[in-house]
Amino acid sequence: MTHTRSTLFKLASLALLIGSTQARAQDITFVSQGGAYQEAQSKAILEPAAKKLGLTLKQDSSPKAYPIIKTQVESGKVTWDVVDLPTGDCIRGEAEGLFEKLDLALIPNAAQLPAALKDDYSVGYISYSTVLAYRTDAFKNDTAPKTWADFWDTKKYPGQRSLRNLPRPTLEIALLADGVPADKLYPMDVDRAFKKLEEIKPHIATWWTSGGQSAQLISDGEVDMIQAWNGRISAVQAAGAPVAFNYNQGVLETNSLCVLKNSPNKDAAMKFVNEAIDARLQAALPMIIDYGPLNPEAFKVGVIPAERAAKLPSSPENISRQALLSAQWWASADGVKAEERWLSFVQKK
Amino acid sequence: MSNAYLAKSLPDSSDHRPPPLANETALVREERKEHASMLLLLAPALVMVVVLLILPLCWLAFQSVQTEDGFSLANYLRIFNESIYWDTFALTFKISFLVTILSIVMGFPIAYAASRLHGFWANLVLICVILPFWTSVLVRSYAWLVLLQRRGLVNQTLMDLGIIDQPLNLMHNTTGTVIGTLHVMLPFMVLPLYAVMKKIPQDLMQASESLGAKPFYTFRRVFLPMAAPGVMAGSILVFVICLGFFITPELLGGGRTILVSMLVQRNVELYHAWGAASAVGLVLLFVVFLIFWGINRFIPIERILGAR
Repeated sequence: MTHTRSTLFKLASLALLIGSTQARAQDITFVSQGGAYQEAQSKAILEPAAKKLGLTLKQDSSPKAYPIIKTQVESGKVTWDVVDLPTGDCIRGEAEGLFEKLDLALIPNAAQLPAALKDDYSVGYISYSTVLAYRTDAFKNDTAPKTWADFWDTKKYPGQRSLRNLPRPTLEIALLADGVPADKLYPMDVDRAFKKLEEIKPHIATWWTSGGQSAQLISDGEVDMIQAWNGRISAVQAAGAPVAFNYNQGVLETNSLCVLKNSPNKDAAMKFVNEAIDARLQAALPMIIDYGPLNPEAFKVGVIPAERAAKLPSSPENISRQALLSAQWWASADGVKAEERWLSFVQKK
Repeated sequence: MSNAYLAKSLPDSSDHRPPPLANETALVREERKEHASMLLLLAPALVMVVVLLILPLCWLAFQSVQTEDGFSLANYLRIFNESIYWDTFALTFKISFLVTILSIVMGFPIAYAASRLHGFWANLVLICVILPFWTSVLVRSYAWLVLLQRRGLVNQTLMDLGIIDQPLNLMHNTTGTVIGTLHVMLPFMVLPLYAVMKKIPQDLMQASESLGAKPFYTFRRVFLPMAAPGVMAGSILVFVICLGFFITPELLGGGRTILVSMLVQRNVELYHAWGAASAVGLVLLFVVFLIFWGINRFIPIERILGAR
């Protein structure tokens, strides 16, 4: 009896607490990875969205937000509302019960995104791509490597090569090189991917670990062709290095938005998610930074010029030439096992 | 100490009474007080070591045997069963050993020169050794990158001189790791060597020569045995630091030269496997202790490190 009463009392005080925080202000805390990326989205998307909704926007940033989210939700002290995460983290969090189910009545814009870019708990936000980049001083236009099969063809395309020192999305790339169609990658044939990687292994000069390193390797001419992120290559090109790439057989990865479980401003958070994927606001982002908006309508509102769209990973003509990385597969038991296999693969002679 | 003081404190020899007890207890008390103040002085360092080293190590040990299903030695069994762990430990020891040998070969002449030169020249040699010591390891590793890469200074020069026509693979492999690590470790070899060599009296060499020994014989039979503790001290320092080295191998190893420290980092960052990482770290620590214990049986460590 006393037990029930104390539980009731706790619940009541909790309700009071929640009530009071809600009454205090319609403010919302948005969390992203910081740096130039967060600054750009702040200017293009976040501040305009908050202004439109009449919310007070607070921002926080953390390059490794996942453990913090887990702690907040599990301890019941939730101070973040909307988070921008690599989609794999969203899927992991869904399984661990860290996110609210999206209230689609408050997020009508979600209907504009294709089904592959959203689920019940998260909705696609931005994208970047892993592409094949090469030195234009090592290969003339018509003799340049254009596909991952070319990358593997060391006779026809001699030169130093570099791949990422992680299985993701290097295994996808190996399968593409082996002739697997982009839409048939999953469930992944891990053995086949590693077998294909063994082929190219003796010809890999460096296995890079950080994006900065990949940019340095190609910009210094340390390697002639490399697997790299489109944003890094654009930066290297802007600095004047003779480097080129295209989106042919690129592997597209996405960030998605999620709302934290028991967010104190749940409804406001849902409305904010709706604005963040609004076509007009999404279209403003790639005008500042090299990330592709995921709402396809963003390319139809007349903000992004055609020549800019051609350089973005998510423009309609580029997206169809790429493979979409399956965060679901990588979060599965098979994905985790493939990840564990990587280290022994790299070290073995 | 004045004689008057002595006379007062020592019992009078003409008197056959036993020494006064009060004095003795006072001495004991004095000694205790000294111990207490010594302990007090040591306290900050002790607290720091306990809080920042011993406690975290206990936590590591706990983590390494703790899995979701409770107590388990799985993390340790993996180290012995999976070849990747074996290979990594083997490579780490191989590289550490190689760097130690090379640092003796390169450090010995430098230390010898510094100990035999005087004034300005001796200082110059020592400054050249110590200066890199004050520069960040990260900066130095990147500097090697500039020098050793395919279109780097070394390859470019060799190609311009017509010595090679294909760039040498100087980095992104074990070679790069060894070169970069050796550069970082050299001061740890030169400084103890120099300290020992400086103490070797020049007279002994002259005495040996005056007795008819050839220079090399003198070096081998007189100088070398006396310099040996310096070689041992430097070798232990270099070898042990190498075993846990991270930054330079990570930057110059091209991602395939994986050392134990990198294995720990990968376990944490890629697989979020804190238990596995802790186990690897503790095994490395244990191996280092084993090495120290082994060496200590032949030559006491205090003597090698000059503490006596």
